[in-house]
Formats: sequence, C-alpha cells, structure tokens
Amino acid sequence: MRVAENLNAALHGLLDDDPTAYVLGEDVLDPYGGAFKITKGLSMRFPGRVIGTPISEGALTGVAAGLALTGNTAVAEIMFGDFVALAFDQICNFASKSVSMYGKRLPLRMVVRCPTGGGRGYGPTHSQSMQKHFVGMPGLSLYEMSPFHDNRAVFTAMLQRGEPCLFFEDKVLYTRQMDQVDPMFRVRRDGELAVIDLEDRPDCVIIAPGGMAHRTLAAMKTLVLQQEISCRLLVPSRLYPLDVDAMLPHLGEVVLVAEESTAGGTWGGEVAHLLHERVWDRLRGPVRLVHSRASVIPTAAHLESEVLAGESTIHDAVRKALRG
Amino acid sequence: MTETLDRLRLSRLGDDDLELLLLVRHFELKLLELYGRGELNGTTHTCLGQEYVPVSLRPLLGEHDHIFSNHRGHGHYLARFADPHGLLAEIMGREGAVCGGVGGSQHIHRDRYLSTGVQGESLPVAAGVALHLKRAEPGALACVYIGDGTWGEGAVYEALNLASLWRLPLLVVVENNGIAQSTPTTSQMAGSIAGRAAAFGVKHHLVVSTDVNEIRTSLEPLVTEVRDCRPLVVEFVTHRLGPHSKGDDIRPADAVQAARDNDWYVRYANDHPDQFHRLDRLVRAEVQAIADEVAARPLSRWEES
Ligand SMILES: Cc1ncc(C[n+]2csc(CCOP(=O)(O)OP(=O)(O)O)c2C)c(N)n1
Repeated sequence: MRVAENLNAALHGLLDDDPTAYVLGEDVLDPYGGAFKITKGLSMRFPGRVIGTPISEGALTGVAAGLALTGNTAVAEIMFGDFVALAFDQICNFASKSVSMYGKRLPLRMVVRCPTGGGRGYGPTHSQSMQKHFVGMPGLSLYEMSPFHDNRAVFTAMLQRGEPCLFFEDKVLYTRQMDQVDPMFRVRRDGELAVIDLEDRPDCVIIAPGGMAHRTLAAMKTLVLQQEISCRLLVPSRLYPLDVDAMLPHLGEVVLVAEESTAGGTWGGEVAHLLHERVWDRLRGPVRLVHSRASVIPTAAHLESEVLAGESTIHDAVRKALRG
Repeated sequence: MTETLDRLRLSRLGDDDLELLLLVRHFELKLLELYGRGELNGTTHTCLGQEYVPVSLRPLLGEHDHIFSNHRGHGHYLARFADPHGLLAEIMGREGAVCGGVGGSQHIHRDRYLSTGVQGESLPVAAGVALHLKRAEPGALACVYIGDGTWGEGAVYEALNLASLWRLPLLVVVENNGIAQSTPTTSQMAGSIAGRAAAFGVKHHLVVSTDVNEIRTSLEPLVTEVRDCRPLVVEFVTHRLGPHSKGDDIRPADAVQAARDNDWYVRYANDHPDQFHRLDRLVRAEVQAIADEVAARPLSRWEES
C-alpha cells in the first residue's frame, strides 16, 4: 500500500470511528480530494464533516481550534506546509497556549497536517521543511509521517495527547510504499520508535524522521556494500517532545541526525543537545547533523538537488563521522 | 469620538442593572488605584466609560452562548458571571483566581467564556465554535467583542467571510471608542465598519445610545436573528474614559473631555440621583471590601497537569 493510501485510509477510519471528527482545508472536497489527493472520498462518505474552506490558513486553523474547543476532533489540512506560516498565530498564540494558559488543562484534539519538503521542483515557497519553526512550543507536539508507522495509529496517538499536533508529511513519501525496505535490513518496532538495521552492534546510528528514512536506507545500503559500514536507522514518530529515553538502548558511539530542513536552528540541533546531556560520555564525538544547505530551495532539479540533503549527504556524513 | 452623543435623559434602570454597571465602574477604578500603588503585576486595560455595552447585552445572551472577550474584558466577564472576587484574584494572583493567576487580566477561560490578548485572533475560533453550535446546539450563538483598532487584522475578514458563507450564528460586538491605544480611528481605518460588514453581506447595526434599556430593545430582535444563523456586526459608538492601560493617556484634553461628557455615570447620577447615590455608595463599599479581602488571600497556585 502506498503511503498516501494509508494516510487516506487513516482519515476515513478516523471519521468513521469518531462522530465528532472534522476534516477541513482548501480544495479538500471530492472529486478533487485535496492538492495531494489525501482527502479523496472523504466528503462523499462524510458530507458535512469534511469542509472545504476559502484560502484562509489562519481562519481555517482557528476554526479547527474552535471545533476542538467545543469538544470535537479537528484535522486541518494546510495545502503546502509552507503556508502554515499564515496560521502561526493560531497555532502558537491560541491553540497551543490554550492548553495550559487558563490555569487548568484544556484538552484540544486537533491536528494540522502539513505536506512538507522538496524534491518535487515546486520551488522556494512550496518546498520547505517547517518543523524547526515549531520546536519548543509548550502545548504543541510535532509528528512526522513515516513509511514505518501506520497513520491510523499515529492519528490515535496524536489525538490522545489532548493538545494540538502538527503532522509533517514529506510529500515524496506519498507515492512510496509503506514498510518498504531492502530485504537485507531487519525492521523492528520498539514502542513508537522504528528500528532498522543489519546487526546488533552497528558502527553508526542515524536518527531520521519519516521523510528522510528512505534516503537514509539507500545510504545505509551503499555504505555496507561498498565500505562494509553497518548502520542502524531510528525513526521516531513524534519529533517533539522527543522521547529520548526510548532511543538510548539503540544508540552506539557514533550518532547522526539526518533531516531535510535547511541549516540553522534545526530539529537535529535539539536532538543532539538532548543526547549530549544524556550520553555524552558514551559517544566517540559530538552527534553529527545532516541537513540541507542554508539556502532557499531552488526550483530547477539540478539546483534543488545541490541544496537538499539526500542519500549522498548522509553517506558522506557517516564516513566522515567514522573517520574521526 | 469627539462629538457628544445622546443628550436625552437616560431611562431608569432596574437596581440589578445599575448595580452591575456600578460594580464594573468601581472594579476598574479600584484596579487603577491598586496599580498606582504598585500592588498589581503587569498591566491592565479598563473599560471605564464602556461598562454599559456588556450590561446591555447581558440578558440577551444565555449560558449556552459562547463569549469571546479581549484585552478590555473585565466588564464582559463581570456581566457574565458577577464574580468580582474570582476576577480580582486572577488579576492579583491570589487564591480563588479564575485561572490560577496564569492568564491574568486578559486570558480568562471559564465555562463558555474565553478571552485572549492577541487582537483579532478569536474571530476565527469563534467561527469554529459557531459552526459547532449551528450543528450541535441550534439556537446558541458565539459572541465576540472587539475594538475598532482590531479591524486592522486580516483574521477579522477571514472570519467574517466564513460567517457569512457558512451562515454562522456569530455576533460581533464592536466597541468603537474612536481610539486604539494611541491611534485615533481616523488614522487607522479607511472606509467604515459598516462598509466592511456590507462587503461580506453581513448585517451591521449601529448603536449610539448609552441607554441600557433602549439598546436592549433595539438589539433583542437582531440577536434573535443571529440565533437563526444570520451573522451580525453590532457597532457601539462609545468612549474610553480612562487610559489605554495605565497612565499612558496622551489624548488631547478635548478628547478626554468629550469622553467625560458622554459618561453614563455622571449623566445617570444627574437623571436619577436618589437611586444612583443609594447604590453607588453601596457598590463602592462592596468593591473596597472585595479588594481588601482578596489582597489578604494567599498567593494562587498553578496546578500544572
Ligand atoms: C495582534 C496584536 N497587535 C497588537 C496588540 C497590542 N494592543 C493591545 S490593545 C491594542 C489596541 C486595540 O485597539 P481596539 O481594538 O480599538 O480596542 P480598544 O483598546 O480601543 O478597546 C493594541 C494595539 C495586540 N494585543 N495584539
């Protein structure tokens, strides 16, 4: 099953199971079914609970918050994650704060879906990875879609937190298969963490969110075939707050964090800090950060691939980390 | 607003209405006094001169209705809950605070009442709530208080568009006091609030009166229409008697004088001296007692979960 179908099925399942659930966003109605077709079939099956909105990201996120405030479950789609910038106030100053700023916990069941990332030539305003702009907001959890995490279960986990969640969906995953991995690798789950490796004592551990997983696996394959370097990939579903404890048993002396975000104030920087606090004395060197260049994301394919972190960036970073 | 509004005699109010008006007035005056003495943390925005707006609306809004308030919300809260102790405790960070002292003057949530300090932000949220009410509790409405300056925010228009498009039971109450912090409305607003509402096909009603009875009579049928999913903007032409927050009043003397000339408090005292003085004395003493009692309470505690 393709990741997009799994996500679509998750939304069908959510609307099916939860009579208070709403899905809203721009162009989400059938027959169009959303810019990336993730909401296909929803409005036919659940008319009234799937709501097409004007091009008003701030308002549609606010409406989602209003629905959540009155006890409903609200899933808002931002057509391209870049535009979540227009909903920043609703997310940062209203929804996430409301969970705690009124003195007692005010649970809000709400998810803002953000199709994320580059690699498709959409250019500087339609290709960003916005995760880092939301790291560290009290009352807000960040999740990322992954081929190793069933989306229905991820939605359940997000909604159970009772606070607003952003769900980052790397657009290049939509057309990939769920759970796809070269047979040379073994895939395990340890709680929410997906663990993918070749052996028990890898040379290097790479932490990467869902969108980076297939690129990391491609790098891991060439590393083992060409260099006999064995890596382990850890894919968390929740990026923030990060469950560091769950990672500790799977770490080694060399750790990298790989993400598509452009350089500067990255999620990986936060992960590295958390790990340094916990396992500094067990590491051979500081946690290495792999990310895209400090640049806008160009449109032309040859320029875009120079900026975005990918298989070869990870490959090179691992070799460098092991060299010293 | 520099021109004087209605020079007619204010009609006689029931004791309960007058008491509420006076409660809000003396509550706000007390806050300014406490600030002046350095007994409050942070800042506060009083609704001096505008007290009659929420008091007029009080019987028109029921407990099933949601109210969204703003930075100038003490009158909105007191008209809803008649709970000066809880509000003052919230502002002073004392035990019994409505929100544990976390929210303070402009961030209050209780039952179906919510205020927040970012201008315009609550309109889309109120639209979402109105959408819920329309489906789950027909007949109930969401009411949002905003000032004239808040019409500078895009969120207002996104929400008005939705309210009209989706036929939401949304009541927008505009307290147009002619000024936003230090900026006169004439320097920040092109066109008019009426014209802006009209652009979205949303009905607009102008209130220039300060007479609670008269305002109520005019609003009652309109609020009923809102319950029937016809959104409405009610614009009160009103006057901010005090500073924007505390001690930051740079208005020219004639603007302040115009606000004083329109003050319901002075006018009502002239028009109904017996009732006024009887209750004014009472409420003033009551607020003093509340302030003393609340100030003596232990500090509030934040029970984080
Ligand atoms: C988004 C935002 N910008 C600026 C402010 C700072 N601020 C608080 S009140 C205020 C003036 C609001 O004017 P108006 O809407 O006319 O209401 P009034 O204060 O006159 O009641 C300003 C600028 C704010 N709270 N939120």
